[in-house]
Amino acid sequence: MLNYTFDWSIITSGQYFDWLLSGLITTLKLSAISIVLAFLLGLLIAVMRMAHSKTVRWFALAYLEFFRNTPLLVQIFFWYFGSYKILPTFINDWLNETGFEFAAAAIALTIYTSAFIAEDIRSGVLSIPKEQMEAARSAGFSYLRSMQYIILPQAVRITIPPLVNQFLNVAKNSSLAMTIGVMEMTYQARQVESYTFKGFEAFTAATVVYLALSIIITALVNLYNEKVLNVHKAA
Amino acid sequence: MEHFFNISVITDNFTYFMIGRFPHGPLGGVGLTLYLAVVSCILSFFGGLILGLLSVSRFPAVRYPALAFINLVRGMPLLMVIFWMYFLLPALFGKIAENNTVIMALSLFTSAYMSRIIVAGIDGIPKGQTEAATSTGLKSWQVMYYIVLPQALRNMIPSFVNQFVSLIKDTSLAFIVGVSELTHVATQINNRTMAFPTEIFAFIAIVYFILCFAFTSLSRWLERRLSWSKAI
Repeated sequence: MLNYTFDWSIITSGQYFDWLLSGLITTLKLSAISIVLAFLLGLLIAVMRMAHSKTVRWFALAYLEFFRNTPLLVQIFFWYFGSYKILPTFINDWLNETGFEFAAAAIALTIYTSAFIAEDIRSGVLSIPKEQMEAARSAGFSYLRSMQYIILPQAVRITIPPLVNQFLNVAKNSSLAMTIGVMEMTYQARQVESYTFKGFEAFTAATVVYLALSIIITALVNLYNEKVLNVHKAA
Repeated sequence: MEHFFNISVITDNFTYFMIGRFPHGPLGGVGLTLYLAVVSCILSFFGGLILGLLSVSRFPAVRYPALAFINLVRGMPLLMVIFWMYFLLPALFGKIAENNTVIMALSLFTSAYMSRIIVAGIDGIPKGQTEAATSTGLKSWQVMYYIVLPQALRNMIPSFVNQFVSLIKDTSLAFIVGVSELTHVATQINNRTMAFPTEIFAFIAIVYFILCFAFTSLSRWLERRLSWSKAI
């Protein structure tokens, strides 16, 4: 420990900098794809959770509880190692050709996050006064159309801050993709450490990147809360 | 496809999944998962309490470092915290068992989240309580210790249970540094048997689900009970 010499130059330029940068890009790509898909899936589950049919509601609830109460790492392993038995052959072939690591991580992150997003959307919807729904229904909209035109547009507005925070969670959770060989930020930091024995510098670089992400995103959420939601309250 | 779901890989290794090589060797599997979660939960409760109290301190010199530390940890993925611990602890203190490294990482990480729960709990106690206690002549630490914390901690119990559920899920990351908890045991059995990854990972997902869902339900029940007793 005491004879450790710091050498910050290795991470600020050259090959190792390129590794870390490509790691950051992979992290952002994986998180962006997963959050978009998770939002769509989460929206679907949230609507199902509030449906009239008991079976549909029960299915949505089971989905939520199962994926929220299982570790993400296990879900990643399941999709990466175990999904070939439940997926059709042509999908397996396609996945094997395109590099399954990234796809498996994206699938796992999407499904895991969608369960959390669905609950965020649901609490957004529940915060809309139920007279809105009654008024929409009495104006002749069907349940789904009332959701689409009246309730969801208002609910999504309130749900944006928790959704942006979910993006932050996805960015952090995507670090688990390194376990199946996706070369994202944490993977590359580890890689730099094992090539250079400069663990302190490598981990600091990754930590700073994650921190910068979380500071930027938190600032954006605060700005949105102040500018958009307060304007809404004042109006 | 003739054996679509081979249950024997589970039944043959069931004891190994549950307790590892115990009692003839170290504890593993579900047993170790729960051990890591319980010990980390207890440590992070105290860690969170200290961090939480420091972060609401009257003195900026205490408050800001505590807040900086909390936000630093909350901004990092748990995996990064584990790597930091794995790298720093041996450098600082010499050789440390993997189990303890993971416990340290989990406790530190969860402390930061616990501190937020504790601050929210303290904020939830009406100001009148503090004012009344102060006006009876109690010092500020006495107000905190005798009046505010006992009420706040009680309200926080459901959040603590939720944090424990997160911990159970987070212990799966111990697999990365070779601690033989449930996920590690599963990958071992998977590497040995080769042919049944679907069965093995579906099985441990169900095991984790049963553990976590039990505690999630407990937390909801406690929440209902607490809000009911508060209403009276």
